[in-house]
Amino acid sequence: MIEIRDVTKSYGSSAVVDRVSMTLPAGGLTSIIGPNGAGKSTLLSIVSRLMPMDGGQVLVDGLDVSTTAGDVLARRLSIMRQDNHITARLSVRDLVSFGRYPYSKGRLTADDVEHIARSITYVGLGAFEHRFLDELSGGQRQRAFIAMVLCQDTDYMLFDEPLNNLDMKHAVETMKLLRRLADDFGKTVVVVLHDINFASTYSDRIVAMRDGRLAFEGTPEDMIEPARLQAIFDVDCRVHAVGDTRLVNYFE
Amino acid sequence: MQADTRRISPAGMLLVTAALALLSMLAFMTLGAKGSWAFILSFRGTKLAGMILVAYAIAVSTILFQTISGNRILTPSIIGFDAMYALLQTVMVFALGAAGANAVDPRLQFVIETAAMVGFSVLLFRALFSGATRSLHLLMLVGIILGGLFRSLSSFLQRILDPNEFVVLQDRLFASFNTVNADLLGISAVAVVAVTFILWRLFPTFDVLSLGRESAIGLGVDHHRTVTILLVLIAVLVSVSTALVGPVTFFGLLVASLAWQITPTASHRFVLPIAVCLAIVTLVGGQVILERLFAFNTALSIVIEFVGGLVFIFLLVRGSAR
Repeated sequence: MIEIRDVTKSYGSSAVVDRVSMTLPAGGLTSIIGPNGAGKSTLLSIVSRLMPMDGGQVLVDGLDVSTTAGDVLARRLSIMRQDNHITARLSVRDLVSFGRYPYSKGRLTADDVEHIARSITYVGLGAFEHRFLDELSGGQRQRAFIAMVLCQDTDYMLFDEPLNNLDMKHAVETMKLLRRLADDFGKTVVVVLHDINFASTYSDRIVAMRDGRLAFEGTPEDMIEPARLQAIFDVDCRVHAVGDTRLVNYFE
Repeated sequence: MQADTRRISPAGMLLVTAALALLSMLAFMTLGAKGSWAFILSFRGTKLAGMILVAYAIAVSTILFQTISGNRILTPSIIGFDAMYALLQTVMVFALGAAGANAVDPRLQFVIETAAMVGFSVLLFRALFSGATRSLHLLMLVGIILGGLFRSLSSFLQRILDPNEFVVLQDRLFASFNTVNADLLGISAVAVVAVTFILWRLFPTFDVLSLGRESAIGLGVDHHRTVTILLVLIAVLVSVSTALVGPVTFFGLLVASLAWQITPTASHRFVLPIAVCLAIVTLVGGQVILERLFAFNTALSIVIEFVGGLVFIFLLVRGSAR
């Protein structure tokens, strides 16, 4: 369980995250949605201790992220960020191996090697294992970074807009992959998403933020509803039920 | 080029460079030796030891600096390390006079200079990283500006200096691999060994640091603490090399770029030793060629700075300044 208590972060006088409190239960896939500048990514960075908070507290399984030792937390919680710019020239395998650092500190054991191989196969990059990252397409790169998070094998996995710059096929494959992490491995997956229909189709829970505050939270059935979406995004839209899923038409 | 370098294994590349380094050391010690071996060995041995220390210090400090800054075109001199050294020397000659400055025990000078440079880097780092904006690029920019300030202060003091004393100062400020400061060899070696010991313990974090701050934190590295320690160690290494031979700007860049280029992996386990070997080859091998081929007609630092400058421009033009 991730408990977020009164977390505040401001730049100058404007609060980017404004006294947000919420509880993300263990297990399942939670999407965080909201317009640009709602503080979604900032909140995720604070939860994963990449950014210090100005006030409040975040507990991951009871461990305070601001005081817990970095390597202890790195075995509980991992994050994949939006821009993964790396200066070093790394192969897919090199990158994924870093996921084992919290456990082995650079000296890979047989167990680590097995984890690495399994993660690479799981994201379907087996054939590209020895390719360098700059020789991969955007979608393959994205999957390589997901494999690294997978390899870190933490109970909590956070993804900051993992569908950025992906085409339809790769976006769907990535979301299915994240869904499987929750279903097959019992991981707690938290994803910041921009595409409302992906959130609707793949989430167990949706959290909506607006202006640095928590606006709504609930199941996709509660959340994907014209009045709520209007309140979150300021956009008129219609919701269609297609099979079991609700799709939002906000194009017209 | 990439295809060529990928065929050889990292360990093979390390062996090749190590062999070349050994060869150049051997050549330096034996070529053209006439007269008493006892004299030659101690005379050349001192120079060789000095050059190896400098090669090690510059290669390691540059590679680590590039790793923590996530940039392959920066060297420690960019945040004003060498300018600070020049200013310290200038102030010393200015305050004590040429005779007075020369009378100060060089070891004491070394300790003071090192302390000042470490203090400077820690202050700069703390000031810029404890605030709201934690940006290494801001650190670099402030470093560049401060470097400019130090240079201007030095040149101002040098202008109002007595011409005789200025000559003495100039002699101290030019990098010279011929006149390795033998008094400082002992204390430099101690400093380098101490730094190496700490580096050894931090070694596993280097590769992780090269992924960038966020990824490093995500993998459980205490980024702020590790980078602070590394900056202090880099400051000590830069002090060692400048105290021994004087400031060299492009040598580190030359060696580091070559090392990144020819090492088939980005792992520091290979890049660091290969860079050190390359630095030894360049310095010691260069010195051999200079002494035997050109009969001391030119200075090694000039050649290295010339080639290094060309490499720098080449890297800029090729756009690898990421």
